[in-house]
Amino acid sequence: MWDYSEKVKEHFYNPKNAGAVVEANATGDVGSLSCGDALRLTLKVDPDTDVILDAGFQTFGCGSAIASSSALTEMIKGLTVDQALKISNQDIADFLDGLPPEKMHCSVMGREALQAAVANYRGEELEDDHEEGALVCKCFAVDEVMVRETIRANNLSSVEDVTNYTKAGGGCSACHEGLERLLSEELAARGEVFVAAPTRAKVAKKPQLVTLEVPAPAAAAAAAPVPAAPKMTNLQRIRRIETVLESIRPTLQRDHGDVELLEVEGKNVYVKLTGACTGCQMASMTLSGIQQRLIEELGEFVKVIPVSATGAAAAHAQLEV
Amino acid sequence: MTAVYLDNNATTRVDDEVVQAMLPFFTEQFGNPSSLHSFGNQVGLALKKARQSVQKLLGAEHDSEIIFTSCGTEADSTAILSALKAQPERKTIITTTVEHPAVLSLCDYLVTEGYTVHKLAVDKRGRLNLDEYAALLGGDVAVVSVMWANNETGTLFPVEEMARMADEYGVMFHTDAVQAVGKVPIDLQNSSIHMLSLSGHKLHAPKGVGVLYLRRGIRFRPLLRGGHQERGRRAGTENAASIVGLGVAAERALQFMAHENTEVRRLRDKLEAAILAAVPYAFVTGDPGNRLPNTANIAFEYIEGEAILLLLNKVGIAASSGSACTSGSLEPSHVMRAMDIPYTAAHGTVRFSLSRYTTEAEIDHVIREVPAIVAQLRKLSPYWNGDGPVEDPGKAFAPVYA
Repeated sequence: MWDYSEKVKEHFYNPKNAGAVVEANATGDVGSLSCGDALRLTLKVDPDTDVILDAGFQTFGCGSAIASSSALTEMIKGLTVDQALKISNQDIADFLDGLPPEKMHCSVMGREALQAAVANYRGEELEDDHEEGALVCKCFAVDEVMVRETIRANNLSSVEDVTNYTKAGGGCSACHEGLERLLSEELAARGEVFVAAPTRAKVAKKPQLVTLEVPAPAAAAAAAPVPAAPKMTNLQRIRRIETVLESIRPTLQRDHGDVELLEVEGKNVYVKLTGACTGCQMASMTLSGIQQRLIEELGEFVKVIPVSATGAAAAHAQLEV
Repeated sequence: MTAVYLDNNATTRVDDEVVQAMLPFFTEQFGNPSSLHSFGNQVGLALKKARQSVQKLLGAEHDSEIIFTSCGTEADSTAILSALKAQPERKTIITTTVEHPAVLSLCDYLVTEGYTVHKLAVDKRGRLNLDEYAALLGGDVAVVSVMWANNETGTLFPVEEMARMADEYGVMFHTDAVQAVGKVPIDLQNSSIHMLSLSGHKLHAPKGVGVLYLRRGIRFRPLLRGGHQERGRRAGTENAASIVGLGVAAERALQFMAHENTEVRRLRDKLEAAILAAVPYAFVTGDPGNRLPNTANIAFEYIEGEAILLLLNKVGIAASSGSACTSGSLEPSHVMRAMDIPYTAAHGTVRFSLSRYTTEAEIDHVIREVPAIVAQLRKLSPYWNGDGPVEDPGKAFAPVYA
């Protein structure tokens, strides 16, 4: 079973605004029957003010599709059409306290239904550029269509390239077989042959979890005192942290995000995620990745604590104390 | 809250007698059956007894035809890959479009390795065309792999007849009987079946143990090589406790065979009839006249299966669905697609699978709850209007990206 948030369950068990709106003047039908998710959104919009007076949904779909539809209608009621269009699929997912990666497309469907309904209200034709493929990388929710398009557009030829461009394969690496298959096919299409990277264990400098301590013979122990590990000065330590963040930054910037070091206090490292990282569902994954890197580089346990943009000043003030 | 478990084709509860029989093999009977000393010897004798129980359940001629594996999937892979390895000159496999992924995914992979795979189609009721099958049998076929009973619909395939046909052509025949063993009588010594897979946890034994039946004299190449366990046909230290458990489960399955085909069948039929009587636009998928006694697969049109399961779960009922969402894929179940069930029904299929533990009161509870759940979801469906589907549903609601 899926790991649904309480909010998703609440909107599924007791959906808001179910059914078609009476006297609706905007309708958006989107979804894919083969995938088993389809949604009709009906709106009643005040033609003078463009304010959405009422919204209703009818959904053929799973628990998260129904919950996303319900959330969408709650979010847009009372907004003007232009305000409503600013709602992203991520906003819908956030409203529901997150969706499992396999279910993010349900929030996308909500967002598309809204666009379709607004286009219908304004008498516009909606551009259909939607194509969704089977999920390849479950860690970062990347589908086959996206992987193929990125390989083609950028002439990629290795799994590492694909990970750098799409994040796919950057997590557990279980999808590498699938990525190699896609690469083989795409490379064959452009007349090339896929060659796998040479097998090599990527050895990370991780502290050994369990070591066997054999007591040294007393004489030897006395003769050769073990030198203590050189301790970094606070400045060296902060510089080291900065270097690590610097090396991670390009990956985040590819996704239009960034990270900033705010303060280091003992084992607590306070950072601020900016740009597209703000409110991104993957933010916690990104943070744990950063933390892991820092632990490896510093050889000690540190805790990476995100400070939100608004709370940053307050947190900073608190840190000064 | 009442907890009604109707997902026995997914897995079953381990029988209490099975658990009791297993327990000593975690404590005082911990020996390695290969060891000469008394610790090992006792375990070795217990494995022998278990092997004979399974032999009896399958109606096999010799107990040495029973090879214990770690699961049904391992038995399937061992059988198919053995046939290919033993007959390298043969490059074709015949199977069906509705097999379990344990067979289908392997076959799809073997296509990339240069093998030819013929997947026999099924009709709208999930039945095979034996003329199509006969036409494919020939000298290049290494193995035929056809399931005895379908896990989703319970539909039975005529595997004994198909095995005879393969045998006439000198073609190896394997059947994935994971769903059939324990539910339908099996008499392998009087059949032409060469290989058969079963899985312990489908018949009230624990997870992590399975069997490959290998008819004496059929050429074989092991998947796992190493020690001499299972006469060198499946190396690796035996999962002794689970094998002992499977032995007891096999005995119990024989005892309950009649019950399964009378009482369990009666409850299944009652459930199905009551739901169909109370819920409009619902139908049974597969071949109702020729199927497992415990399985009812019902398509509820115009709604989606995961939503049905979540609401069933809320009232304590466990079942499963062929919808895309429950599998995390982009398509509804390949079995429903193979039977050409329309999308609006295929996504709404729910499988109720009973066991000997299912009670009349449980069935009554399900009969009470299902109609309201279906009605509740249909109220949300764009295909539904009041008491029935909208007129010409395909046209009335045609989403953009369909």
